[in-house]
Amino acid sequence: MFELIDWSRAQFALTAMYHWIFVSLTLGLGFICAIMETIYLRKGKDPKWKSATKFWMKLFAINFAVGVATGIILEFQFGTNWSNYSYFVGDIFGAPLAIEGMFAFFMESTFVAVMYFGWDKVSDRFHLTATWLTAFGVVLSAIWILIANAWMQYPVGMEFNLQTARSEMVDFFALVFSEVAIVKFWHSIMTGSLTAAVFVTGISAWFLLKRRDVDFANKSIKVASIVGIIASIAVAYTGDKSAVQVASHQPVKFAAFEAIYEGAESADLTLFGFLNSDKTLHNDEEVFNGEWKVESLLSFLAFHDMGSFVPGFEDLVYGNEERGIMGADEKMERGQFAIEQVRRYNQAVKSNDLETKNEIIGLFDRSTEEGMAFHDEYFSYFGYGYLTSPDEIIPPIGLVFYSFRVMVGLGLYFIFMFIAVLWLQYKNILGKYKVVHYILIISIPFVYISSQAGWIVSEVGRQPWTVQDLLPVSASLSSINSVNVITTFFIFATLFTILLIAELKIMFKQIKIGPQED
Amino acid sequence: MGLLKGIFYFYVNGFREMKVGKQLWLLILLKLFIMFVIIKLLFFRSKTPNFDNKSDKAIYYREQLTN
Repeated sequence: MFELIDWSRAQFALTAMYHWIFVSLTLGLGFICAIMETIYLRKGKDPKWKSATKFWMKLFAINFAVGVATGIILEFQFGTNWSNYSYFVGDIFGAPLAIEGMFAFFMESTFVAVMYFGWDKVSDRFHLTATWLTAFGVVLSAIWILIANAWMQYPVGMEFNLQTARSEMVDFFALVFSEVAIVKFWHSIMTGSLTAAVFVTGISAWFLLKRRDVDFANKSIKVASIVGIIASIAVAYTGDKSAVQVASHQPVKFAAFEAIYEGAESADLTLFGFLNSDKTLHNDEEVFNGEWKVESLLSFLAFHDMGSFVPGFEDLVYGNEERGIMGADEKMERGQFAIEQVRRYNQAVKSNDLETKNEIIGLFDRSTEEGMAFHDEYFSYFGYGYLTSPDEIIPPIGLVFYSFRVMVGLGLYFIFMFIAVLWLQYKNILGKYKVVHYILIISIPFVYISSQAGWIVSEVGRQPWTVQDLLPVSASLSSINSVNVITTFFIFATLFTILLIAELKIMFKQIKIGPQED
Repeated sequence: MGLLKGIFYFYVNGFREMKVGKQLWLLILLKLFIMFVIIKLLFFRSKTPNFDNKSDKAIYYREQLTN
C-alpha cells in the first residue's frame, strides 16, 4: 500500500523525469544552433546554413518553452512536499536555486528573445553573440541545480547550526568546486550535448530517408556527428570518474550498481546478469540466475586498482572490522545519540535550562576539539538515527542494477554509432543505406532512455537519503494530507503528458515542413 | 527612454509575429495558471504554522527533526 512518502517520491520523480526530457535537449541543441550560425557567417552568409540554423532554432524554442514550464513545478514541490528538507538544507540548497532562477534564467530569456526576434533586426555579430549566450545561459542554469544535487550526494562546505536547526554554508567554494559537483556538471552537460547530437542526426536521417532537403540533412549531420563523438566519449570518461567517486563516497550505491552482496578483492564486473528475485541479505540464494562477468574489472573501475577490495551489502550493513568498515547498526546508534542531543537541546530551550543548553552547544561547536570529535563520531551519522533497521540503507537493487546497464550499454552504443556515421560521411555513402537511416531515427528514443536511466541510477541509488548520511527521505517530508499528493500526482501526470504531446505534435509539424529559405 | 521603448516594441512585435510558438505558450500559461492558482489554493495548504520569530521556528523544526 503506497503511503505519503511513496506518493511524494513518485510525484517528484514524475516531474523531474518530464523536466529532464526537455532540458537534456535544450542543453545541447543551443550549442549546435550556435555552431551552425557561426558557420553561416564564416561562409559569407551562406543562405543554406542560415535556413539550417533557423530550422533547429525553431525546435530549440519549442523545447525550451516546455522545459521552463516543467522546471517551475520542481521548485514549487520543495516547499509543498519537502518542507522539512527545505528547512534543514537552508542556505545550501536555496542559494544555488536562487542563483539559477535569477541570473541564468534571465540571461537565457533575454538572449533567447534576441535569437528569435532579432534576425535581420540586430547586427549579425550581435545576433550570433545572443545565440552563444543563450547556449551558455542554459548551461549556467544547469550548473547551479547540479551543484545543489551534488551536495545532496556529498554534503560539503556546510555546518549544522543547532540554534537555527539548519545546515548553513560555511565554505561557498567547497560547495561549488566539490569534486562531485564538477564531475556531475560535465557528465550532465555532455549528456545534453549527446542528446542533441542524436536528435539532430536522427531527424536529419529522416530527411535522407525521404530523399528531401538532402543538402540540409548532410550539413546538419556533419555538425551533429562531430558534437556527438566528442560528447559520447566525454560522457564515458566523466561517467568513469563519477563511478570512482561513488565507490568512495557512496559505497552502498556502488554495491547496488553491481548487486554486490559479498565484498571481494579483485572484484569481477558483471557486464550483464539476471537478478534472482528470491535473493535477500538474509539468505544464501544465488545473486544471479545467469551472468556475464569480467574478472577483476570492477576493482579497477572502482579504485583504479585491480587488487582492491570492493565492499558488498554484507560488509556495509553488518560491518567488516578487518577492512575498517563500520556497520549500519553502529552508525544507527551514533545517529540516535546525535538526534537525542538535538532533542535535549530543544527541551532545554523550552524550559530555559541554560546549563544543558550550553553543554549541548559545546558539542555542536566544531571550532573546539570536543565539537570536532562529536561531529566526526556522532553527527556525521545523524541520518542513520532515523532508520529502524540496518538494511534500510540498501536502495532498490533491481532498478539501480538494470538502469546502470541500460545507461552504460547505450552510452557505448552511441560511441560506435557516431564513429560509423563519421566514417560513412567521410566515404560519402551515408545517403545510400536506408537501414542506417532507420537506426539513426530509432536512436532518438534510445538517447532519452539512456539519460533517464542515468538519473534513476543517481537518485534511486542514493535512497534512503535526501542528504547522504545526514537526512533520510522519511525525515524530509512535509506534514500534508496524502490524498492531496495522490490527487496532484495524477493532475501533474495529465498536464505534463498533454504538454509533451503538444510539443511533439508541433515539432513533428515543423519537421515535416522542413527548413525554409528566407 | 527611446531605448526602453525600442526594447519594449522589440518584444511586443516579436510575440505578435510568432507563428509556431503562440499555441504552445498559451498552453504553458494555462498550465501554470492551473498549477499555481487552482492546485496551490485547493491542495497545498500547508500544515506548517506561522511563526512570530526565528526562535519559535527553530523549536518547531527541531521537534520535526527529532520526533
